[in-house]
Amino acid sequence: MRSEREKEITERAVLEIRGLQISFKQYEKGFRQTNLDVIRDLDVTVRPGEIVAIVGSSGSGKSLLAHAVLGILPYNASLGGEILYNGVVLTEKMLKKLRGEEIVLVPQSTAYLDPLMKTGPQIRKGKNDRKSREKLDRIFTEYELDLKVQELYPFELSGGMTRRIMNSTALMGNPKLVIADEPTPGLHISAAKRAMGHFRELADLGAGVLLITHDLELAIETADRIAVFYAGTTVEETDAKNFRSCETLGHPYSRALWRAMPQHGFEPIPGTQPYVKSMPKGCPFGPRCPYFTEKCTEKPEWKTSGTGRVRCVLSGRTGAETGSRCEIEWQQKER
Amino acid sequence: MKTWNRRKSMLLWLVLSLFFLIIITVSGSLFSEAARTTDFSRKNLLPCFRYPFGTDWMGRDMFARTLKGLSMSILIGTLAAGISAVIALILGLCAATLGKRADSVITWVIDLIMGIPHLLLLILISVAVGRGLKGVVIGVAFTHWTSLARLIRAEVLQLKESTYVRIAGKLGKSRWYVAVHHILPHLIPQFAVGLVLMFPHAILHEASVTFLGFGLTSEQPAIGIILSESMKYLVLGKWWLALFPGLALVLTVVLFYLLGENLRRLIDPNSVHE
Amino acid sequence: MGKNIFIFTGKNLVRMVLLVIAVSIAAFALMTASPVDPLQANVGQAALGSMSAEQKAKLEAYWGVNDPPVQRYLTWAKDFIRGDFGVSLQYRQPVADVIAVKLKNSLFLMVTAWILSGVIGFVLGITAGVFRGRWQDRLIKGYSVLISSTPAFWLALLLLMIFGVWMKVLPIGLSVPIGLESEGVTLLDRLRHAILPAVTLSITGVSNIALHTREKMIDILESDYVLFARARGESTWEIVRRHGLRNVLLPAITLQFASISEIFGGSVLVEQVFSYAGMGQAAVTAGLNSDMPLLMAITIVSALFVFGGNLIANILYGIVDPRIRRGGAVQ
Repeated sequence: MRSEREKEITERAVLEIRGLQISFKQYEKGFRQTNLDVIRDLDVTVRPGEIVAIVGSSGSGKSLLAHAVLGILPYNASLGGEILYNGVVLTEKMLKKLRGEEIVLVPQSTAYLDPLMKTGPQIRKGKNDRKSREKLDRIFTEYELDLKVQELYPFELSGGMTRRIMNSTALMGNPKLVIADEPTPGLHISAAKRAMGHFRELADLGAGVLLITHDLELAIETADRIAVFYAGTTVEETDAKNFRSCETLGHPYSRALWRAMPQHGFEPIPGTQPYVKSMPKGCPFGPRCPYFTEKCTEKPEWKTSGTGRVRCVLSGRTGAETGSRCEIEWQQKER
Repeated sequence: MKTWNRRKSMLLWLVLSLFFLIIITVSGSLFSEAARTTDFSRKNLLPCFRYPFGTDWMGRDMFARTLKGLSMSILIGTLAAGISAVIALILGLCAATLGKRADSVITWVIDLIMGIPHLLLLILISVAVGRGLKGVVIGVAFTHWTSLARLIRAEVLQLKESTYVRIAGKLGKSRWYVAVHHILPHLIPQFAVGLVLMFPHAILHEASVTFLGFGLTSEQPAIGIILSESMKYLVLGKWWLALFPGLALVLTVVLFYLLGENLRRLIDPNSVHE
Repeated sequence: MGKNIFIFTGKNLVRMVLLVIAVSIAAFALMTASPVDPLQANVGQAALGSMSAEQKAKLEAYWGVNDPPVQRYLTWAKDFIRGDFGVSLQYRQPVADVIAVKLKNSLFLMVTAWILSGVIGFVLGITAGVFRGRWQDRLIKGYSVLISSTPAFWLALLLLMIFGVWMKVLPIGLSVPIGLESEGVTLLDRLRHAILPAVTLSITGVSNIALHTREKMIDILESDYVLFARARGESTWEIVRRHGLRNVLLPAITLQFASISEIFGGSVLVEQVFSYAGMGQAAVTAGLNSDMPLLMAITIVSALFVFGGNLIANILYGIVDPRIRRGGAVQ
């Protein structure tokens, strides 16, 4: 039985992902075929009008999440878990209608544009009728792009133009769900925040925005909620404002991320993220966690923690306890 | 987990093709005598149980002749391809390691050789060296190395950028030392695949050149000779003289192709996910 | 922008001229190394009697036994540039005349085969790439592998056997009917005799372009921009039409221009089987009889075609690819 709260989420959410699993077939030692679980247990919910950021380190397979939602995973990947769009399980048939129309992807670089096609026709998806031409002109004016840019090839675009053009592809449809995959690569935080402004506008128009990024600072500054992604699993989903201080974070990994931020001490997390093939049992953060106990070898369930939820056996206790843990962690660092 | 997968079937194909090629080569050399025996009491026989490929106008067993011809072609082809691959390896390495001048000279030579149609170059070489076994081997060896050399050159250039090679250079190891100890071992897979994939081309060109009359002499039952002779009897309706030896040649080349392709896919790191 | 193309073309032209010179030197060196003395070999064969003293003297000077090779080469090159290609020992005609006739015959064959194999190979390659791993792909790939494993001359024999000997619908050989004066030959005759050789050459030419186009198409379909196009709801057919063709066309055309060398090689074999009087057959005759002036000229002409093809491909890239045309950046 699902709780009332879960029901309410499902009803209101534009996107709800439950226990998403993505794995690849691979050969090891020559002839043995194994499954490589790149994403093991990912949950995230996006409601209309909000920006939700999935934060995880680079190369952790976050982009695959975007591809899974859009149904464009490579042929050798297999998918598990549930993806619900407006409370209904997304099917290939639905996706055919929704892709590029209601569900849009905003990719990260010009590599996602056909190098031999002018930008204008490319954004219009080859359509050349008056309506789509006018629509594109309108979008370009809105984004302060010269209409001549439509006649340029992708390699001729400047970095700033590329950003805005990527965004304008989203507006050609009628987006209800925007998935932005690392949309501000290499941009300085102030420039990135400005670029994110466009996504805020989309959200204000009622769309749900899923931001996939490795940049926690950007996520805190621009998102409403943050889902922390670690080794194929979401370990915490909480309001972005909870990331303002250590005490309001439920998962040890979230707190470690917090402390790794420059303004909070720039302290690196000891150890490395486990490789997909040698995943620990239970909590994936176990081997690196200072509070590791016997109980952590079992898969931790979601627990409500303040305004969010967290996947840690230790959480859900009093705030004071968490606070004292932050204190201890600080002191350890001082030494 | 499935017990049977694509990798295993690749290995099976590889082993099977190797097995058949060895059988053809070995049995061919056992038929040396039978391939040459003439017997006018059994000339121009259609394919039958006793002579599966029929007999020719001199009563020679076409099956024996075909096998002998194929085994000769395989031996010549592998020998020539082997030499060619070694040339490719050495020149590819030199181009990438001996500095800019050597590189431009070698790329120039590659362009030069690619500028003359293969078959024409083979004719030219045969004119220069004389006809017969020597001419064919030198010709095929000399014409087939270019694309593999290009591949190896590109690979070496890439390897040279890798950290460990750079560190070896900084440690004062000589260019040659680095080339032999750090670069060469990494080239072996690509070299092996390039070599095996060169076999079909080498065999086809050997057969072609012999067919045109520049290769082995007519006393030797090379596959090119057999087919060239059969051409004269084709109009007389002796179709089996051309059909079966040709089919056998195609089969042999396909086997070599399968060998090379499956080897490549087994070695290629990009096919891990297939 | 226009200047860029100009410099680009100029550079390529210079390169091509240098390569042709190098080819001529290499070919000359190979012939000099030949154990067969062309003069003795040919003149020994009754040809001596029919040759005038003047011709003999010229030949002797041409292949001047006493001159050092470098000087002989320079003499040859000087004559060649002036348009004097020498006299063919085998055909006992000026090489230029021989080449003119044979080239015309061969060009007919090669151009037909080149276009046919290019178009068919391109279509097959795209189909295989789009249907990767499905039966269409398996069929096309299997066909291509089989054809590339088949010697062109045997395929020619096979077609000859089927259409010439069994069905008797097409002539067995020769580029014109036997016994007819060349004036009496109609275009239809010419066509009838060129069909089988052209078909053979086309069939053999298909596999290479099909396999390469397939690889390229697969690369494109796995690219980020196709992924994004799919994410934007473009259907497979739209993607192939909008992005696939556009991106695969250029490499395919380049490859097709680079394949001139292979078509030439194929025509040598095919012409031999069909006794088609073209360049390939002339090359074989010249090679077998050590007809050095003719062989030299054929080598140079074929090299001109090959390098010319590469040159056109390079220039085409410059004109068509906006990254080069507009950016001037040649990667």
